[in-house]
Amino acid sequence: MANFTLNGKAVSLEVDPQTPLLWVLREHLGLTGTKFGCGIAQCGACTVHLNGTAARTCVLPVLAAEGGDIVTIEGLAENDDHPLQQAWVEEQVPQCGYCQSGQIMQAADFLKNTPVPTDEQVTAAMAGNLCRCMAYVRIHRAVKRAATIANERATSQVSGQQTDATAATAGVGTFDPRATAGTVSHSAVEETSHGKV
Amino acid sequence: MARFDDKLAAHQRELAAAHKTSSSHGGITRRGFLIGSVAGSTMLAFGVSGAALAAGSDGKGSASETLSAGAFEPTMWYAIATDGTVTVHITKSEMGQHVATSLARLVVEELEADWDSVKVDYVDSAPKWGYMITGGSWSVHQSYQPLSQAGAAGRIALIEAGAQQMGVAVESCKARKGRVISGDQSLSYGEIVAAGLERSFSEEELAAIELKPASERRVLGTRGNALDVPPKTNGQAVYGIDYTLPAEIEARVGKTLHARPVMPPSRFGCKVTAVDDSETRKVIGYRQTIELKDPSGICQGWLAVIADNFSAAMRATDLLKVEWSKGDSYQVDETAIQAEGQRLVSSPSRDNGSLLVDQGDPAPLLENAATTVESTFTTSSVLHFTLEPANALAYEEDGHWHIHCGNQQQSLLTSLVTKALELEEGKVTHHQLYLGGGFGRRLHGDYAVPAALASKAVGRPVKMIFTRPDDSRFDCVRSPSVQRLRSGLDAEGRVVASEHAAAAGWPTAALMPAFMAEAIEGGGKLDSFSISGADHWYNVGTQRVWAQQNKVAHEAFVPGYLRSVAPGWTLWAVEQHIDELALAAEQDPAEFRLALLDAEGRNAGKAPVSTGGAERLRNVLKRVMEKSGWSERDSLPADTGMGVALSFGQERSMPTWVACVARVKVDRATGEVKLEKLTSVVDAGTLAHPDGAMAQLEGSLLWGVSMAMHEGTEYREGGPVAQNLGAYQPLRMHQVPQMDLEFVDSTEMPVGLGEPGTTVVAPAIANAIQHAVGVRLRDLPMRPAALKAALSEA
Repeated sequence: MANFTLNGKAVSLEVDPQTPLLWVLREHLGLTGTKFGCGIAQCGACTVHLNGTAARTCVLPVLAAEGGDIVTIEGLAENDDHPLQQAWVEEQVPQCGYCQSGQIMQAADFLKNTPVPTDEQVTAAMAGNLCRCMAYVRIHRAVKRAATIANERATSQVSGQQTDATAATAGVGTFDPRATAGTVSHSAVEETSHGKV
Repeated sequence: MARFDDKLAAHQRELAAAHKTSSSHGGITRRGFLIGSVAGSTMLAFGVSGAALAAGSDGKGSASETLSAGAFEPTMWYAIATDGTVTVHITKSEMGQHVATSLARLVVEELEADWDSVKVDYVDSAPKWGYMITGGSWSVHQSYQPLSQAGAAGRIALIEAGAQQMGVAVESCKARKGRVISGDQSLSYGEIVAAGLERSFSEEELAAIELKPASERRVLGTRGNALDVPPKTNGQAVYGIDYTLPAEIEARVGKTLHARPVMPPSRFGCKVTAVDDSETRKVIGYRQTIELKDPSGICQGWLAVIADNFSAAMRATDLLKVEWSKGDSYQVDETAIQAEGQRLVSSPSRDNGSLLVDQGDPAPLLENAATTVESTFTTSSVLHFTLEPANALAYEEDGHWHIHCGNQQQSLLTSLVTKALELEEGKVTHHQLYLGGGFGRRLHGDYAVPAALASKAVGRPVKMIFTRPDDSRFDCVRSPSVQRLRSGLDAEGRVVASEHAAAAGWPTAALMPAFMAEAIEGGGKLDSFSISGADHWYNVGTQRVWAQQNKVAHEAFVPGYLRSVAPGWTLWAVEQHIDELALAAEQDPAEFRLALLDAEGRNAGKAPVSTGGAERLRNVLKRVMEKSGWSERDSLPADTGMGVALSFGQERSMPTWVACVARVKVDRATGEVKLEKLTSVVDAGTLAHPDGAMAQLEGSLLWGVSMAMHEGTEYREGGPVAQNLGAYQPLRMHQVPQMDLEFVDSTEMPVGLGEPGTTVVAPAIANAIQHAVGVRLRDLPMRPAALKAALSEA
C-alpha cells in the first residue's frame, strides 16, 4: 500500500512499491500530464514537486514518496492560472508541448526560491530540461515573464494589461540569454515592428 | 518529369477517383463544393465532393440529401453550428507546428468567420481525405488554395442566404467576424445556418472564385495565439502515449493490456532461439511473453512482453532472457556504410542511382579550368529522438482494426498494418492524437505494427510503448552520407562547371518505393529526399548532380526522413563548397554568392510558388549581411569568425528563401567552438500564422545548431551506438546562441517553415570556423577533437 498526498488530496493505493512514481501517476491515477521521456532522469519531462521540490519521477520508486506531498502539473494552480502557465500562453511557448509540464514544474520550483532571477540563473535552472522542439528562446522568456507576473500579483498590482501574441509583432525575433542581468523586461516589447506582421 | 510531389498529387487523384468509383454514384469524378445540412445534425457542412454537380444541377437530390445519404462521404472541410461555432476538420498532424491554427486561419480569412468561434477536429483516417501525410513543410502551402477557396465559397453562400433572409440585395452585404451585414441589419452565421442553407458550386464555379487581395486580409499575416497552446500548459493535451480506451469500448472489446517490445540484436534477419521468462514472472502484473509473427517483415525476431500495465511490462522486459540467431545486418557498421559511400561518389553511375541535374558533362570544362576545387564531405547517423517515444494502441472490433497514436502519414501506417495483419483493404482506421514530436520519425508507421500484432495474438486491445533505448534502436535514422564535389573556375574566378555526387540510404526506396520518380527526363528514378538541395539556385555553369543509393546502409537500418532530410547533408557540402570556391577566387563569400545568384534561366523562378527565383535569395542574403554586420567581418577579435550559408528549403517547387550568418569563437587549445550568434533572414511568402512561423524558425535553427555540434551517432552492432541522453546530447538551453531573426514582409504564396531553418546552420558554422582559424571541417557533426586535430595539422 502506497500513501501520499496528491494535488492536495490523500491517496492510498495498492501497487508494487518498486513502481516508479511516474507510472503510478500515469497508469494507476490517470494523471498523464507528467511525461515519460528518457527513463533515466535526464530529460525532465517527468518532473513533479515532491515535498515542495522538483523531482524526476521516472526513476523514483513510489516507495520513496511514501507519506510525501506530491504536486503535478494538473494540481499546480486552480484554474490553471499559475504565473508560469499564464506566461507560457502569453509567450506562446509550447511547440509539440510534450516536455512542457516538466519545464513548468521545474521553473515553478526555481521561481519559488528565486523570485527575481537573472537571465543566467534562468538558464542554469532550466538547462536540465530537454525541449526537443528547442523552444528554449520562449521558455527562457516565459520564466522571466512569470517572475514579473508573480511579483505583480504579490504586490497586488494585478496586471490589467494581459497581453498575448496579438499585441506584439512576429516579424522580428531576438534572443539574448545574456541580456542585462536582473531585468524582467518583456522581450516582445523589445521586438521592433516589421512590416504588417 | 515527375517529381515526388507530382507523384504524390497523382496518387491523391487516384485515391480520390478510386473512392468515387467505389461509391454508388460511380462515374461522377468532378470535384465541386457542397453546402448543406447533415441528417441528425444541426451543423451545416461545407465540403468538396464529386457529387456536387449531381446534387446541385441535375435535380436528383439536394446538397443536404447527398450529404446525409453519406454516399460520397464528402471531404468536409468545415462545419458551422447554429450557435455559430465553426469546426475546421484538420487532416494534418499536430506535432508542434500549430498546423491546425494555420489551416483554420486559411479558412477563417476567406470565410470572414469570427476567430473566437473556431474549433478544430483532428480527423480519423479515411479514403475521402485523400493521401494523408504531414511532412515536407507542405501543409500550409498545399492547403492554401483548397482551404481558402472553401472558405470563400462558404462566405458567398452565407452572404446570399443572409441577404435573402434580410430581404436585401446581395450586393449590399458584406461578411465580417461571423456576421452578414447590410447597412444597419445583420445576421450571425449561426442564425443563417439555423434557417437552413443549400448551395453547391461546380468545379468551374469554385475555380472562378477569386481570393481576397492581400490588402484585404484580416487574419493571415497578423498576430494571434495558437489553438493548441493552452492544453499544452496544464497537462490536458492528450498524446498517443496518454491515450486510454473509453470504458464503453473496453466493455465491448476487452480491457487493454500493456506491452513493451523485445527487439532483436539487429534490424533484419534475426530469429528467436530461446526464451526464459523465469525471472520475469516475479514482476507483479507480468502476464506473458509472445513472439510476434510479422508477414510484412517489419518485425523480424521480435517478442512482446505483455502485462497489466506498462511499468510492469517495462521492468519485466529487463529481466527477460532471450537468445537469437543474429542476422547478417548485425555486422554492417557505419564504417562499412561510409566506405561504400566513398566508393559510390568516386565514380557515380546509373548502376547505383540517377541524375538530379544534367546540363551536360562537366568533365572537359573541369579539365580545362584555371582552378579546380574538389572536396569530400561526410555526415553521420542522426536520431529523431522524439521526446514522446514510439507507441501505439491497437484493437479489433467486428473485423475492423483501430490504431490510436500520433502519426504523420496515416495512409502509410494503415497500409502497413493491413499488410502485417493480412487484412483486406479498408479494415484499418488510424485515430490521431497530439504528437510529442514528429520531425519525420512519425512519417513511418512501423511502430503500429508490433502493437497490432500483439493485440491480434492476445485477442485484446494492446497499448505498446517503446522505452527510449527501444525507440532509438527502432529509429529510422537519418542516413550517414558521403558527398564529392568538383568545380572549376576560369581565370576571372567565374564558376564554369560543377559536379556533385551524394551517396546515402534512400528513405523513399525503403518506405514507399512507389513514390520514386524521375527528376529529369531519362535521368532515372531517384529518391528526391536523398539529394534535394543539390539542385540549388546558384549559376555554376555546366552542372551535373548524381544521387547514389548506398545499399549497404539499407542492410543495417531503414533510412528515414529527418527534418529537411537531404538538405541536412547536401547543403553541408554545397554551402561549404561555395565558400571554398570563393576563397579560391579570392572573393568575399557573400559577394561571391550574390554574383552566382543571377536569377537567369532555370533560376528565374516561376509564379506563383517561386516568383522571383534566385533574386529572392539575393534579397535575404543582402539583408542578413546588413543585420549581421558582415562588412565588419574582417575586424573581429582573434579566433572569431563569421560564416554565411543559404538555403531554399527542400524543393525548388516550394522554395523558402533562407540566409544565415553564424559568428563563432574558437578555442584553439581545446577545439571547442562557441557559437556566439545566429542572424537569419527568411522569405517564406505570406505567413499564415506569423508567431507560429517565428517559433518554427527559432526551433529549426536550433535544431541546426544541435545537429551541427551536439547530435550524431554511428551505427554499430545492429543499432545506433548512442541510444539515450547519456551519449546522445541534443542542445540544451545554456548552449543557445544569441539570435536575431527576421521574416521578409511578403504577400507571395505561402511556402514551408517547419524545416528550412535546420539545414543552413551547420555550413554557416563551418564557414565561420574556417574564417576564424583557417581550417575547414568536412565531417558532421563538428566535434572539438576534430577541430583540434585539424588545427594541429594546419
